[in-house]
Formats: sequence, structure tokens, C-alpha cells
Amino acid sequence: MTTATQLLKSFTLFEFLKAHALTLKYFFKPKVTINYPFEKSPLSPRFRGEHALRRYPNGEERCIACKLCEAVCPAQAITIESEPREDGSRRTTRYDIDMTKCIYCGFCQEACPVDAIVEGPNFEYATETREELLYDKAKLLANGDKWERAIAANLEADAPYR
Amino acid sequence: MTEFFQNLGLSYEWAWTVATLVGIITISLLVMFSVAMVIYVDRKVLGAIMMRRGPNVVGPFGLLQSFADGLKVFLQETIIPSAANKGIFLLAPIITFTVALAAWAVIPFDAGVVVSDINVGLLYILAISSLGVYGVVMSGWASNSKYPFFSAMRAAAQMISYEVSIGFVLVCVVLFAGTFNMSGIVMAQKGHGLGFINGFFVNPLLFPMFVVFFISALAETARAPFDLTEAESELVAGYQTEYSSMSFALFWLGEYANILLMCSLCTLLFMGGWLPPIEWAPLYYVPGIVWFLVKTFFFFFLFSWIWATVPRYRYDQLMRLGWKVFLPMSLIFVALISGYLMATGHFS
Repeated sequence: MTTATQLLKSFTLFEFLKAHALTLKYFFKPKVTINYPFEKSPLSPRFRGEHALRRYPNGEERCIACKLCEAVCPAQAITIESEPREDGSRRTTRYDIDMTKCIYCGFCQEACPVDAIVEGPNFEYATETREELLYDKAKLLANGDKWERAIAANLEADAPYR
Repeated sequence: MTEFFQNLGLSYEWAWTVATLVGIITISLLVMFSVAMVIYVDRKVLGAIMMRRGPNVVGPFGLLQSFADGLKVFLQETIIPSAANKGIFLLAPIITFTVALAAWAVIPFDAGVVVSDINVGLLYILAISSLGVYGVVMSGWASNSKYPFFSAMRAAAQMISYEVSIGFVLVCVVLFAGTFNMSGIVMAQKGHGLGFINGFFVNPLLFPMFVVFFISALAETARAPFDLTEAESELVAGYQTEYSSMSFALFWLGEYANILLMCSLCTLLFMGGWLPPIEWAPLYYVPGIVWFLVKTFFFFFLFSWIWATVPRYRYDQLMRLGWKVFLPMSLIFVALISGYLMATGHFS
């Protein structure tokens, strides 16, 4: 480009006008963001959110304290202690997940032989204190009871690809 | 308004004082309300260009967002750094805010709707807007922290550079209008373009000056793409870094009041102020203040639009533009315009 046209371009603010025409076009385009608290984007059945411990339909907890999840957890967020129950079956006495350590990789639910520990579809569990994020067994079982329908539906939807 | 208070039984002096006070309070409140709305518009426009929604939760369409933010800031704790010079530190935002409001005294919103219709209105605005930089420099110095200090130095240099070319642009306008009075400048634009377009901007000699003035106004208010004084990537938040709570809010209000002032100056000096865009009788049924506000908000939209479009200038580019492009250009146009006016017998 010759110097003359370059000078002409810079004095007529040609590039600026072009840029502003472009941004004005975007000004009138439909918005891509959603109204988050009122509107939510769809989640995949494989979405890895808040953890939950599931139960069998008869109310018996699924976890058999095999500690595979504890072993596989790359962040070492899971702590399990177990004891035989009165009826002789092995059960956990302690099942803690430190949600501040968890990296949501999903290895625990992959490792679980009985589909007891799963990562549910819930992602809105922000808390005001750190202590509230140190989940114990009661909290995880309560999550399981609360989200069972959604979790079961997700597992079923994902089953053909497993 | 003085007559109104005289009719209530006050002597002329008291009536004048009360009337002026009422005017000052009305305009201060109006400006602060406009600033709140304008911050909302700014965020909405920026959001829309980025294909976001912008604030839309507080109140209908998020209209109350700025008021909610104001309340939040008001309830926060004022933190004064232990190394800061306390007196100057607290004085700086007050100066910025006061000066930003003081300039509105001579802005005519409509024919005769002005707090003080002085003969040298333009000079007054020039003087007051130069004082604005003191708040920034004082805050930068008193914070006793490196980023505010750098920011204050940049702000001082930047505002001095661009005030020079703004001064010459104003000389051009005054040459055409033949008066420093703001209302007089607006009336001089009546039918300026081909006898029916109101505004100096249609004049081929003044249009380049209009562009120079607008770009200098961006630099003068430290607005993108010349917001080097608060370049986040380099200076955290510039001179506001150490400020919190109401002192921060005063800077914020002052900054936007200055931006609005520059928008209204563009309107008054080049777009015909409260006059309708063209000389056509039905347009005069719309109140003048509406035309004034529409034009001012149009310029504010331009400010937001530019903010969303243009990346920040480097400091040497900013100085080059100010001293090597705008200053010679405005000087040449001062000579051209005065020559043209002499040749056409404007002054005789």
C-alpha cells in the first residue's frame, strides 16, 4: 500500500469505522448467555457433580466398604473405615469426602462395583464455610436419597454406552 | 425562578440565593441520577456488543443495578492504608467529585435553563476540567503505593497533552460563534448548515475539529481506548487501587459525571444543544431539554461503543497522537478558520 492511501486511511479513521460497524452488528445479535438462576443449560447424563451414596430400593445401603474408590482417588479426598455389622456383612462406619480436595474426575464412580458412590447432576452446593464442604456418610446418604431419581435416570440413559 | 421566590415575600437578595441553591441542588441530583443510569447503560451496551445480557436482575430490566451497587459500596468499610497521607487521601475523591459537578453550573439544558449564565462559560469549563486532574494526582501521591503513583503521573501528562488540542478546538468554535457564552454558542448554530441544519458539525471546516474534540474528550476523561490511568493489566486499578467504600464511589461518580459533561459539551458545541436537529417547526414542539438529553445520550452511547471496540493505546502512541497529530491539526485549523472568516468578512 502506498503511503498516500495509508495516510488517507488513518485520517478518515477508516479502520475504526470498519471495526465499529462490526461491533454494531454484534450489538443487535441475539445474546448467547442464559439467565442462569432462572434458566439452566441442559446437562449430560454423564455430568459429574456433587457426590451421593445410593441405596437399594429396599433401603439397604449399596456400599460394601471395598475401598476401591478410596484407593483410586487421585486427590485422596475419600476416607473410609469399616467394620462387620451384626448380621455379618461388611459396612462402612465412616465414609468422608473432602469436597475441597475432590477434582471431580469420576474415578470413584467408575471404580465402584455396586454403583454406590456416584457423582450426581447437582452442582449448586456452594457453602459459606469450608467445614460444610467436608462431607460425611450421613450427608452423602442424604444426597443419595434426595437425588436418587435423577441419578437413576442418568445411569439408565448412559447404560448403552458402557 | 428568582421572581417566584420574590413573590413569596423574600427580598431580592434572599430570593436570588434560594433560587440559585434550588438550581444547584436540582442539577446535582439530576447529574447523579443520570450518572447512575449511564453506568447501567454502559454495562448494558458493553454486554450487548459482547453478546451478553448485562445487568438484568435488580429491578425491571436491571434498571436499579447502579442503586444497588451504590448501597453496597455505601455499607462497606472505608479502609485507609497505614502508609497513606490521610488528609490528602480523603480529600482527593472529594475534589474529583466536586469539580466534576461544578462544571455543570454553566451547561444550558434548554433556553435559559442554566444555573449561572456567565459570559465566559467555555473558559470556566476549561478551567474547571483542568482542575479535575488534581484529584487524581493527589490520590496517586497520598496512597503511597506504586501503582496509584504511576497512574497519577500518566493521568497528569495525558490530560495536559489533550487539553492543549481541546483548547484550540474551542478557539475554532468560539471564532465561529463569536461568544464564550454557552447559550450564545448554541444559538449561533441555529440554521448553520445550509440554513436549515442546526449544529456546527455540518461545517466542513469544523467537522474535523469535532472529531478531534470527541477523541480528545475520550482522552480527557481517561476513557477507553485512552484509559491508561487505570490500565488493569498494568496498574491494578490505577489511582483508585487503595480506595474503598464511599471514597471509591466518589471517584466513580466523578469520572462518569466528567464523561457526561464531555458528552454534553459535544452536544452544545457541535450538535446544536437544545435545538432540534433541523429547522422544522413541528420539531420545536418537543421540549428543548429532550433534544439535549437525546443528543447527550447519543454521545454517551458512542463512548460505550468505542469502549467495546477499540483496544487500549500504548503510552507512546497516546502521546504521539496528542502532540504530533492533534496539536498540529488543530493549529492548522485555527489558522484556516480564522483566515476563512476574515476573507468572508465574518468579523466586519
